[in-house]
Amino acid sequence: MSEFFSAAALVTTIGAGIRYATSYLYAALGETFGQRSGVLNLGVDGIMLLGAFGAYYVVLETGNLWLALLIAAVVGLVMGLGMAFASVTLQAEQGISGIGFYLFGLGMSDLLFQKLVGTPRPISGFPEIHIPWLSDIPVIGELLFSHSLVVYGAFLLVPIGTYVLNRTAIGLKIRAAGENPAAVDTLGVSVAKVRYGTIMFGSMLAGIGGAALTTELGIFQQNLTAGQGFIAVALVYFGAWRPVGVMYGALLYGLVASIVSQLKTLGIIPRSVSDLASMLPAVITILALVVAVQRERQPAALTKPYQRGG
Amino acid sequence: MRRLTVTGILVLVFALVAAACGGGGTTTTAAPGTTTPPAEPLKVAMVAPSAVNDLAFSQSMYDALLAVQEEMGGESAMQIAYSDNLFVVDDAAAAIRDYANEGYDLVIAHGSQFGSSLQEIAPDYPDTAFAWGTAGDTFGLSNVFAYEAASEEGGYVEGVMAAALSTSGVLGVIGPIEVGDAARYVNGFVAGATAQNPAIDVKVNYTGSFSDVALAATAANTEIAAGADVLTGTAQMVTGAVGVAKDDNIPWFGTQADQTQLAPSIVVASQVYHWEVVIKQIIDLIDQGTMGGESFVINLANGGEAIAYNPDYSLPDDVKQLAEDTAKGISDGSINPPRPGS
Repeated sequence: MSEFFSAAALVTTIGAGIRYATSYLYAALGETFGQRSGVLNLGVDGIMLLGAFGAYYVVLETGNLWLALLIAAVVGLVMGLGMAFASVTLQAEQGISGIGFYLFGLGMSDLLFQKLVGTPRPISGFPEIHIPWLSDIPVIGELLFSHSLVVYGAFLLVPIGTYVLNRTAIGLKIRAAGENPAAVDTLGVSVAKVRYGTIMFGSMLAGIGGAALTTELGIFQQNLTAGQGFIAVALVYFGAWRPVGVMYGALLYGLVASIVSQLKTLGIIPRSVSDLASMLPAVITILALVVAVQRERQPAALTKPYQRGG
Repeated sequence: MRRLTVTGILVLVFALVAAACGGGGTTTTAAPGTTTPPAEPLKVAMVAPSAVNDLAFSQSMYDALLAVQEEMGGESAMQIAYSDNLFVVDDAAAAIRDYANEGYDLVIAHGSQFGSSLQEIAPDYPDTAFAWGTAGDTFGLSNVFAYEAASEEGGYVEGVMAAALSTSGVLGVIGPIEVGDAARYVNGFVAGATAQNPAIDVKVNYTGSFSDVALAATAANTEIAAGADVLTGTAQMVTGAVGVAKDDNIPWFGTQADQTQLAPSIVVASQVYHWEVVIKQIIDLIDQGTMGGESFVINLANGGEAIAYNPDYSLPDDVKQLAEDTAKGISDGSINPPRPGS
């Protein structure tokens, strides 16, 4: 056990957990906006995959990481437009159409990868940025201030998202569309426009989350996300539809995953129960989710399409 | 009602698109019957769980088929068809049945997860030979061959090299789930490393997933933090670990395919599979009228396994000599890597 508590092991474990949490955080923050406005987007994982492939391919061809982020964002916006069209304009059942979008993203990202790239080739991601002074602080510096730009970006979005949701007129419209769309409508605000906006914004963040994943790992391959988008949806419930709560959820998931990994590496978790231990992040998140959902209420209009006069 | 209809249509459309995309490529090299070849070419079909250019399991078999085809004299002698990315076993089973229906002489189900499907399908097509792996069981069927790799042998050789290269005395191994080919490789690696340096500390981390690239990267990070200065790993998710090794300039040993191109600066060597050794024997048997019932193992002795060194990695001569002596010892039986079930 002492090995685990060595400073180096702890710092690496927590640092790895923070990095691991990053792509979840992007996706879950985006999903928070959609759900606050009343739309459940289960297609997140597929959007992440398409965004990841778009970013990967751009880096492979041009080496331009900023262009890669932009492309991932555009891919997300386009997928979001499709999702919004299905769930808002066509008023399709959100869970089912979301799964449709997921399958589309899963298949399409792999098809494009096979046709355009084929054999996995490595790419270089964003370099680690050591923030001056702060990164020199022992332990804390290496933990919090020695990550790549995409990691900082995700955590920076938490206060921004909180501010937008709680302190701005747009945030008010978003929350109202999720709680009482009819009231929003009577005030002359288009529920459809609000929901198109949140779904597209959320999908854009999912696309960027995919880009963060592929650039951090330096590779793309079939089903790169391995279900991260679905965990992200759960993290929104876990975080009680609040960006800060969602961040805690993503960190909890990422840290448990990296701690379990570290305990396996050190042999503290024996190999005989290794596969069981792999389920721990999901199990702990689900347990925490159950507790969290007890005290919180979901947006009243979540998953309910809005029909005027209906 | 309108909502239901719209939902139904959406689901159908997406399911179709996804099926078209996700089902992967089905390719036939030549349409039968369009030309009249001098003799009827041997028709071989392969069904694979991942892409045939995955730098790992599926590619090893596809490359072998191409090599055998070239040796036999090209497409006029042997036709190859494949369906890849069939990670859904039911889809793979449908493809296996299709190929058998279309009159292929040999249908290869390249994945141990396809075994029970093959057990059901093979008896319906007594004139078709089937092969599957990695496995040793032919189910007692006269038209099923089985093949497997003694991956512990290359693992042992790489373990010896890794222990010789390590200065920290700690090695890291990233595995998927402790089964089959992966477990054999890892056990061989640990045994080889321990034989080279009894005091070596090999940290084995089975992530629990064949596909979670991010988790493999996390595992590699934790192993480096625990002092590992040489890494290895097996299964298709190790690309994430290779990336971490590259960033930290940690030597890497690969298996299943030559992984040099993933990180030319740090890949020392890879165990590669040459399934052509097995395929040629199977084709010879089919020519003689034997449609199955035998199982094959590729290993260092029969040339089905080899260590591919990265020419750009400056491996010390004495370590390479050590590796070659170890490989020779395994081939002639003087060194015994741990065998499964022993």
